[in-house]
Amino acid sequence: MTAILLEGMQILLVAFLAPLFAGLLRALRAILQNRRPAGCWQNYRDLYRLFHKESLQAEGTSWLFRFAPYGIFGAFCLAAGIIPILATGLPLAPAADVIALVGLFALARVFQVLAAMDTGTPFATLGAHREMLIAGLAEPALLAALFTASLLSRSTSLSVIVAHLEQLRFALHPSMVFAAAAFFMVLLAENARIPVDNPATHLELTMIHEAMLLEYSGRHLALMEWGAQIKLVLYVAIGIALFLPWGIVPAAEIAALPLTLLALPLKFAAAALILALVETLLAKLRLFRAPEFMATAFLLGVIGLLSFFMLGA
Amino acid sequence: MISCLPLDLATGALLLWLGLGLSGLLLGGWPTLACRLVFPLSSMVALLLTTAGFTALTATPDHLQLRGPLPALPWSFQIDPLSGFFLILLGLLACAVALFATGYFRSLPGPALRRLMLQYHVFLLGMGLVLLAANAFTFLVAWESMALASYFLVVTEHEKADSQRAGFLYLLIAHLGALAILLGFVILAGATISQGGPFSAMLHAPLNAFWAATAFLLTFFGFSAKAGLLPLHIWLPDAHPAAPAPVSALMSGAMLQIAFYGMLRVDFLFLGKLAMWWGPFVLMVGLATALFGVLFAAVQTDMKRLLAYSSIENMGLIMVAFGLALIFRAHGLNALAALALAAALYHALNHAFFKGLLFLGSGSVLHGAGSVAMDRLGGMIRQMPQTAFFMLLGTLAIAGLPPLNGFASEWLLLQAFLLSPALPQSTLSAVLPLAASGVVLAVALAAYAMVKFYGIAFLGQARGTRHAHEAGRWERSAMALLSVACIFLGLFPGVLLNLLHPVLQEMLGQGFAIQQGLWLTPVSAQRASYSPVIFFLGMATALGLSFLLIWSFFGRPLRRVPAWACGFPIRTPAMQDSPMGFAQPLLRIFAPLYQAERQANDAGRWRVRIGEPVYRGIYQPLNRIVFWLSAQVLRLQQGRITLYLLYSFLTLLILLALWR
Repeated sequence: MTAILLEGMQILLVAFLAPLFAGLLRALRAILQNRRPAGCWQNYRDLYRLFHKESLQAEGTSWLFRFAPYGIFGAFCLAAGIIPILATGLPLAPAADVIALVGLFALARVFQVLAAMDTGTPFATLGAHREMLIAGLAEPALLAALFTASLLSRSTSLSVIVAHLEQLRFALHPSMVFAAAAFFMVLLAENARIPVDNPATHLELTMIHEAMLLEYSGRHLALMEWGAQIKLVLYVAIGIALFLPWGIVPAAEIAALPLTLLALPLKFAAAALILALVETLLAKLRLFRAPEFMATAFLLGVIGLLSFFMLGA
Repeated sequence: MISCLPLDLATGALLLWLGLGLSGLLLGGWPTLACRLVFPLSSMVALLLTTAGFTALTATPDHLQLRGPLPALPWSFQIDPLSGFFLILLGLLACAVALFATGYFRSLPGPALRRLMLQYHVFLLGMGLVLLAANAFTFLVAWESMALASYFLVVTEHEKADSQRAGFLYLLIAHLGALAILLGFVILAGATISQGGPFSAMLHAPLNAFWAATAFLLTFFGFSAKAGLLPLHIWLPDAHPAAPAPVSALMSGAMLQIAFYGMLRVDFLFLGKLAMWWGPFVLMVGLATALFGVLFAAVQTDMKRLLAYSSIENMGLIMVAFGLALIFRAHGLNALAALALAAALYHALNHAFFKGLLFLGSGSVLHGAGSVAMDRLGGMIRQMPQTAFFMLLGTLAIAGLPPLNGFASEWLLLQAFLLSPALPQSTLSAVLPLAASGVVLAVALAAYAMVKFYGIAFLGQARGTRHAHEAGRWERSAMALLSVACIFLGLFPGVLLNLLHPVLQEMLGQGFAIQQGLWLTPVSAQRASYSPVIFFLGMATALGLSFLLIWSFFGRPLRRVPAWACGFPIRTPAMQDSPMGFAQPLLRIFAPLYQAERQANDAGRWRVRIGEPVYRGIYQPLNRIVFWLSAQVLRLQQGRITLYLLYSFLTLLILLALWR
């Protein structure tokens, strides 16, 4: 029973605190760039405004256009239930392992891309094929990183991986260091962050993710934006689960929960700081430099895999 | 009596198909009647064959021998779980395809319909007989009738030059393959080849390493010519666009898998003892084929050509799984081999369904919109909403997205890859996860290609055709059937894996862990688990709840407005991505592979032409060598009788010198 409660709590926490995390990231970035931030809560105000606006549907679009925001949001909510964020061994966790989780993200992406192509506008289709390219090149790197973790713990279930790595405490795994680097690069690429894409861009020709949202408005746009914020939090949560698992305990050990609730905000704040730093220090790459970026990520993942086999750790 | 039921059922069904083909010949004068009568009956016969396949999974293997043309060459048939599984695949696909054909061929003129009905059923018969054959003689006769019937089906529109070229290429490669298979069987059967080469004599053929390797290579070459593996794939992208859609569906969905059936029987049952390098070899060929297929699928502009390249990719994935099974088997890890082989067989069945569905759907598009050239399509989701919905399911399935079936088999394959540390050979176990990353790349790019397929043809603004009509009732029911099969196999993988148990038992002596309920746990729940049903329900609940909540709080009717498109006032269909434009990033990144040529035509439009590197790199030089050799041989032919007498005299002298 506690497990089910914990599961529900986790999904709601992720869904409702995701805008806060994205807002914190924005605020930190503004501070680092010598701008005055709009505050951590700006994303909530944006979502509130968008939800109260009228939604428009472009002429010539089909049901896919209306379905996609809900499909994407639903996919990310399910993912929020699968990843061990508060505790391992949650009831939904066995329904999908890391490979299925990557598949779930791919499903959400394909819906987003199809919805963009449904509008039949030039920028949306431009964004669509770029998104598929980035994702297609990022996926092998992502799985190479995840494979390293699953070879180490002899399981592809995230819950089991976390439980295994958590027990190891501070044992040093060179392979996991490479995997972490690869994962971080994929995180940047998949969440439309600098240096692959710019979430704050207003230049149509360089947009990838934003270009696909051009025709959305009102509650649909709000759902899409909210979904993207949840996705960022989920990726950070996977990163924390794989590379900083300390403090994530089995759902049965309810006594340890306060500690987890204390440690998690710290980890997320640190992640926000790192992301803000990276986005401030790096410049956006030209689109055709992005494959090199992915290839580097893949190479790091491969080195991780190889060092697992050579060093056995 | 009960024990021989499956074989009787199967042979009966095949005879009924032959009968239907012949009656099609007679009824051709009344095309509507013939279509309405023959194809639905053919569909029911296919169900009979499926039943035979299901019973064969549990029944004891059965054998039947009939007198052949020569006393020493009997017709020989058998049915065992392996052929049972492929009969199920063939039967279910043929059932749906025949329903589709009922509507699809109704407008064909009488004489053409007559020919088509006969060839269509001979093709089905040939495929069925290959699966039932129990000696090399029967197998090869069935194999050739399958190849010839499908050749005639490919050249259905024989007045077109493209069809003729496609047909010739197909026939050529099919015969090269058949020749190699024949030689392979000769090695395997040894002395018993004069009695027709019974398969029972080939079981665990006592061959030394060299002859075993030769037999393996010959049969692998022969079967891969049919399966469309690199570099023998070149007939596939030409044959599919030329053939009518139901035939493409059968060729891609069933015939390619029958080549896989041949490999399974020869390698696991006849050769038995596997050499260490066979598995890595097959895996490498498979991976290269998969990556090649998907990269070329993404740059095609014709729907059926794109699907043909995607078939090459999927056969590559099946070969990767098969190669992995060979590796595990060669090291004696039978449980892991069972996992990899289950992934291969599962993917073969999935491919039959989703590729069948997609080919049938593109046939509907051809009939409804008059073209399958993607630069003339677009927006079909509004003109053919139901076809578009079924095609969406097929697209998501083939793109390997959960909870549909393509994902489940690819998931199993990756699980098998992750068990490679169990191998005693450390280099191999270290390299295999890298191959898994290659598989992931192929699957991710397949999503690219399939999103392009669906997005360009069915979404956006219409590029040319604006008045397409929806597919007929027969066509839609066939597509609905295949969609349901894709969903069922996606949601309940455990059911299928339990069915595969006897097949794996026969091939490896070890089955797959029995799956409980809605869970898919290949090794243990601790190791990995996946539950498509819970996955689907979880997502549907989240989706439904968010929709209800948002609608009740912020729901307002939508207003339709012209697309904003960043405020650009001119909006023509030409401003969307063209099929080539969608693939532009790939064209640029993998430029050396594609050897793309850009040309501007008179209308001021750019056209991009893609070369086929294998054709240029292997076939054209081969062609030149053959021509050069024949030119050299021509020097002997001088047309003077004295010279020919001299040749005879010299030959005689040499022979005498050799014989002494």
